[in-house]
Amino acid sequence: MPRRTMIEAIRDAMDVSMGRDSKVVVFGEDVGFFGGVFRCTQGLQAKYGKSRCFDAPINESGIVGSAIGMAAYGLKPCVEIQFADYMFPAYDQLTQEAARLRYRSNGDFTCPIVVRMPTGGGIFGGQTHSQSPEALFTHVSGLKTVVPSNPHDAKGLLIAAIEDPDPVIFLEPKRLYNGPFDGHHDRPVTPWSKHELGEVADGHYTVPLGKAAIRRAGSALTVLAYGTMVYVAQAAVEETGIDAEIIDLRTLLPLDLDTIVASVRKTGRCVIVHEATLTSGFGAELSALVQENCFYHLEAPVARVAGWDTPYPHAQEWDYFPGPARVGRALIETMEA
Amino acid sequence: MADAGMLRFHVPEPEVRPGGTPDFSNVQIPKAGSVPRPDIDVDPRTIRDHAFSIIRVLNRNGEAVGPWAGLLSSDELLAGLRHMMTLRTFDARMQMAQRQGKTSFYMQHLGEEAVACAFRKALEPGDMNFPTYRQAGLLIADGYPMVTMMNQIYSNEADPLKGRQLPVMYSSKEHGFFSISGNLATQYIQAVGWAMASAISNDSKIAAAWIGDGSTAESDFHSALVFASTYKAPVVLNVVNNQWAISTFQGIARGGSGTFAARGLGFGIPSLRVDGNDYLAVHAVAKWAAERARNNLGPTLVEYVTYRAGAHSSSDDPSAYRPKTESDAWPLGDPIVRLKNHLIQLGVWSDERHAQAEAEILDTVIAAQKEAESHGTLHAGGKPSTRDMFEGLYAEMPPHLRRQRQQAGV
Repeated sequence: MPRRTMIEAIRDAMDVSMGRDSKVVVFGEDVGFFGGVFRCTQGLQAKYGKSRCFDAPINESGIVGSAIGMAAYGLKPCVEIQFADYMFPAYDQLTQEAARLRYRSNGDFTCPIVVRMPTGGGIFGGQTHSQSPEALFTHVSGLKTVVPSNPHDAKGLLIAAIEDPDPVIFLEPKRLYNGPFDGHHDRPVTPWSKHELGEVADGHYTVPLGKAAIRRAGSALTVLAYGTMVYVAQAAVEETGIDAEIIDLRTLLPLDLDTIVASVRKTGRCVIVHEATLTSGFGAELSALVQENCFYHLEAPVARVAGWDTPYPHAQEWDYFPGPARVGRALIETMEA
Repeated sequence: MADAGMLRFHVPEPEVRPGGTPDFSNVQIPKAGSVPRPDIDVDPRTIRDHAFSIIRVLNRNGEAVGPWAGLLSSDELLAGLRHMMTLRTFDARMQMAQRQGKTSFYMQHLGEEAVACAFRKALEPGDMNFPTYRQAGLLIADGYPMVTMMNQIYSNEADPLKGRQLPVMYSSKEHGFFSISGNLATQYIQAVGWAMASAISNDSKIAAAWIGDGSTAESDFHSALVFASTYKAPVVLNVVNNQWAISTFQGIARGGSGTFAARGLGFGIPSLRVDGNDYLAVHAVAKWAAERARNNLGPTLVEYVTYRAGAHSSSDDPSAYRPKTESDAWPLGDPIVRLKNHLIQLGVWSDERHAQAEAEILDTVIAAQKEAESHGTLHAGGKPSTRDMFEGLYAEMPPHLRRQRQQAGV
């Protein structure tokens, strides 16, 4: 099976979708002729023409707002916000319009759009190229929120998102674009060509939204993670030698609660890991759900390892990013609790 | 360098406040028929004056004059008069129903009836409007059932939106009326996107965007003009300048710009101002803009100069911020009276027939109201089920919502 980077897998997902359905259109800043600042849309304009893949003015609200209008017409726009940090001008359109259109019109109008956004840190991106705003989307009824962690899932989830009849926020951890990253910034990064999840089938396939994946089976403890933190958790588990079960959530909303609950009831312990800031982050929702659903099985308090409650700094990148050492400490403390 | 002194902060003020004498002497009203009608493929740079003048057809004697006249038959004009009268009667009854506690909220169109009613007749079936909350005339003029509108206002068991939306936030794809949102200006850029989609699909349909004077200050107004200009989208960008945004006079949104139409010029969009209380002028300009869009000539911005004669909403008391008699002093008059006088002048209408039509329309609206109330009002009779609250958010209900629906006991 061919191996692809996450960038190539995402591009392939759009290529496959555009080839199958003439209603799929792709646009955003630098997305057309240039093929995107991360190369995710390279070649699509040449292959499908400027009516299907085009450059947009630098106006996030305009990009999402026009996509909503296109969706109301009957197209399936898959648009890009260059960095998740820059989605805020579009937040009104996403939360008050895209998320509500089906509900408020009782199905008279619908909004099958996908909004792709590179997300996450670990790249010396500083305050406005590193944020993880997923909790600002999972809090909004009517949206679906997806975060892939590898090329195989990225392609399958993106095709599923494009085919989904509802608006999907598709957060792409840019730290994982070229290879998995476990937080050991002092070591060379292995490319996706060396990783089994870099195997991406040609043609059409989907990974269903709302289904988590168990990355490592274990019996001592459950780690809930998504995006880059899946690999950080794997490194922490190897380094501590704790027999943890690592769940890659893949879709944050709708959430695969059944997989989470089954795992925590089995292990009795749970550590939640995300890059986003701690307070009111998605980990708080996960922690509450685990507590509500697994209370009588819990042998230790649910732990959360997250970004600190500060803006994402530049020089202090590795003091901020929740790396394997911090995650490992939480694993040990939870086992000892 | 000379001492410039202290800076002074500027806040625009309306000419008159409550207790003062209404004064519209600053509003320059060109003579009917005096503004030329350019070809639809005109170079926008050559008609910049159209963004500062006012296109008018009906003169003081009720005659239709000038290059924008002559598009509508007397039967079409009689239908237009009926639409406007129906909307005004509908408004009065629903305003009263709100006062009687049958619904929580209502917004009237008093004085602005010509704008949406005449515009609707410039569109073709399949075109899509992206209205604000003050364009119900689009529905009335397209024959949307009044009973259904009332069912929505009452949030009753027959409400097509299942009680989820505030009153007057209608939605009808079938009638080319996009779902209304409470968030101002959001639909303006969505209209442009819809028009882009029609062009992408090599369709022949066009979109119409709607916004009020106050909401032009929202950033989505700018977004819409940029996108419409960049992609030459087949869209008519309507600005209804009724002088007031709740309590805020239009100068707060407009600032130093001469007109709202002038905003379009910086985007290279042909921009026209029209007498919003002149049914014939509104229709003629709308038709011109629609033809431009349909002929792939791109967007047009139209500013309708009118006056919000009623309160902003059923929750508003305008006497707190403007003279009570200001609407009487409005120099462009009343759109219904002006069309009525024109039809009388044409010899196809009379005061007697007008009075008779008023009575007939009132009967029709009251009959519709009775039928709607048989399905319930906000606090009495049939209402949408609690179950409906959970339905229709997603195409398929996700597990967490199923759990919450069970918790709610439905």
